[in-house]
Amino acid sequence: EEKKLSDADKTLDREGVEGVMNELDEYAVEEALRLKEAHGGEVTILTVGPEKAVETIRKALSMGADSAVHVVDPALHGSDALATSLALAKALGTIQHDLVILGVESTDARMSVIPAMLAERTGAAQLSFARKVEVNGSTVKIERQTDTGYDIVEAETPAIVSVVEKINEPRYPSFKGIMAAKKKPLTTLTVADAGIDAGNVGLGGSGTAVDEFAARPPKQAGTIVKDEGDGGNKLAEFLASQKII
Amino acid sequence: MAEVLVLVEHFEGTPKKVTLELLTLARSLGEPSAVYVGAGYDNAKAALAEYGAQKVYIAADTELDNYIIAPKAEVLAQIVGSSSPAAVLIPSSPEGKEIAARLAVKLDSGVITDAVGVSDGFVCDQSIFGGGYTVKSKVSKGTPVITVRPNSTPPEPSPATPSEEQVSVTLSDAAKKAKVLERVSEKKGGRPELTEAEIVVSGGRGLGAAEHFALIEKFADSLGAAVGASRAATDAGWYPHQNQVGQTGKTVSPQLYIAVGISGAIQHRAGMQTSKTIVAINKDPEAPIFELVDFGVVGDLFDVVPQVTEQIEARKG
Ligand SMILES: Cc1cc2nc3c(=O)[nH]c(=O)nc-3n(C[C@H](O)[C@H](O)[C@H](O)COP(=O)(O)OP(=O)(O)OC[C@H]3O[C@@H](n4cnc5c(N)ncnc54)[C@H](O)[C@@H]3O)c2cc1C
Ligand SMILES: Nc1ncnc2c1ncn2[C@@H]1O[C@H](COP(=O)(O)O)[C@@H](O)[C@H]1O
Repeated sequence: EEKKLSDADKTLDREGVEGVMNELDEYAVEEALRLKEAHGGEVTILTVGPEKAVETIRKALSMGADSAVHVVDPALHGSDALATSLALAKALGTIQHDLVILGVESTDARMSVIPAMLAERTGAAQLSFARKVEVNGSTVKIERQTDTGYDIVEAETPAIVSVVEKINEPRYPSFKGIMAAKKKPLTTLTVADAGIDAGNVGLGGSGTAVDEFAARPPKQAGTIVKDEGDGGNKLAEFLASQKII
Repeated sequence: MAEVLVLVEHFEGTPKKVTLELLTLARSLGEPSAVYVGAGYDNAKAALAEYGAQKVYIAADTELDNYIIAPKAEVLAQIVGSSSPAAVLIPSSPEGKEIAARLAVKLDSGVITDAVGVSDGFVCDQSIFGGGYTVKSKVSKGTPVITVRPNSTPPEPSPATPSEEQVSVTLSDAAKKAKVLERVSEKKGGRPELTEAEIVVSGGRGLGAAEHFALIEKFADSLGAAVGASRAATDAGWYPHQNQVGQTGKTVSPQLYIAVGISGAIQHRAGMQTSKTIVAINKDPEAPIFELVDFGVVGDLFDVVPQVTEQIEARKG
């Protein structure tokens, strides 16, 4: 899938991309469903995004989530992380919850900031980069993936959890799931419905601005050699010519 | 000149290379002040001075190490509140980005992550969508909070005699909600760290088995390189996840990246595409990795890798 920036206002061109689910969020939905299967409760999908995000919501519902909340409003166009996290935090205020589960990063922005921002905004515990989640009553314990291994981190609910892709294997929606999803409740909220001040989101409410951008020129074709018993030697010569060895 | 805060990333007090890079970068933007959080400052002192810190803020309370992320954001917010710096620079590690995230919300400031350069006016260069676009952007609200990728600025010493200020913080209850019970290390010792290395040699599914990674390690050691792996290799359990390069692994930008038995999927490219020189060894001439390379060998890695390793060792004499 190709991602582009829009020339008009230097925002991510969301028209040009399919409304597919951010890959890591499939792991978040899967983990939520597993926790529900083990401990009971309900799974609500929350997304802030354009009309097209409905496709993502449907997919999550057909995987087995119970209901969804979609915050959609032209005022949100161009929101950066600061603004998006505000919208998510406000919308969370309309949903009763013990755990919020997110992916560690989005495939487009790749910032890995939303879960931490959400924890900061809501005051809930931050349990991020989880490769394993264990719930015991109101206590949540995770293995937090680190540069050198992992940390065991514990908190009481409510907590904000973000998951890495090693945590599980997301299920595919079944035919039955796809049919059932059509009847599941989907609440649509405008910015005003969610109690968000429109001036604090969108391009105007964001804390960052893109000055200019350029598509990177295609790389010059490199040298490719076929190994005829001397491929390793030729590579060594190349490395020497680059003064690497 | 305006003060620029640099959060020190360290391992038991030894500053990581990225910290020295950020101090070097901060010198071109203003007066660098290092912010040191945790125990072990004595191990960091000399290096911070050598790379030109004019001032060091030290928050040494050991309680800070019992929690994740939030305490460091609180320390930074407190210093920003008292000293009004021009910007805050933080290493673009997973932890650094999360600290930046919380700090930005506390300050109601914009945050830019993964900058590969910062120039006058704190204009940031970013390389996005796996290197497909270069973007210049800046923070338009509050004190700029910027995370900078390792290997973006060559570190250069510029000795200074920094003043020191002890910072005492009273952590909020919110910062103490996620408690660390245990820290477990699974590190493979001896080789340079992946994100800091000048050269990275990565292996993929083409290796076929965990024991064949010994070939990659030998090749890497001949070059003094770090070892990386594709997700196919880490998922198979052939190499630890900490060594995964790509969208859900680490982003590396070394002088030289060598992909062995890796096809070059978009998610892999996202973590290595900005490397200066790219080399691939793959038996499939159609493998997409060849679109990126400066030099490619179409051949069986089990022939090519031992030969090149031997050549490199021979040339060392
Ligand atoms: C959400 C998500 C996140 C992901 N994140 C990452 C990530 O962070 N990093 C990552 O790497 N991938 C990631 N992936 C996976 C990615 O899509 C690919 O599946 C993966 O990179 C493939 O790894 P590979 O190149 O080792 O394996 P393959 O694609 O199977 O390629 C193996 C290559 O080895 C070559 N080969 C085989 N035998 C030999 C031999 N004897 N000599 C020479 N060459 C040989 C083959 O020609 C082939 O090109 C992610 C996927 C998803 C969905
Ligand atoms: N607009 C949004 N609506 C719902 N969840 C989001 C949104 N943006 C980001 N997230 C979540 O936050 C995670 C990290 O995103 P990011 O910080 O943008 O890399 C994603 O994997 C999602 O789970």
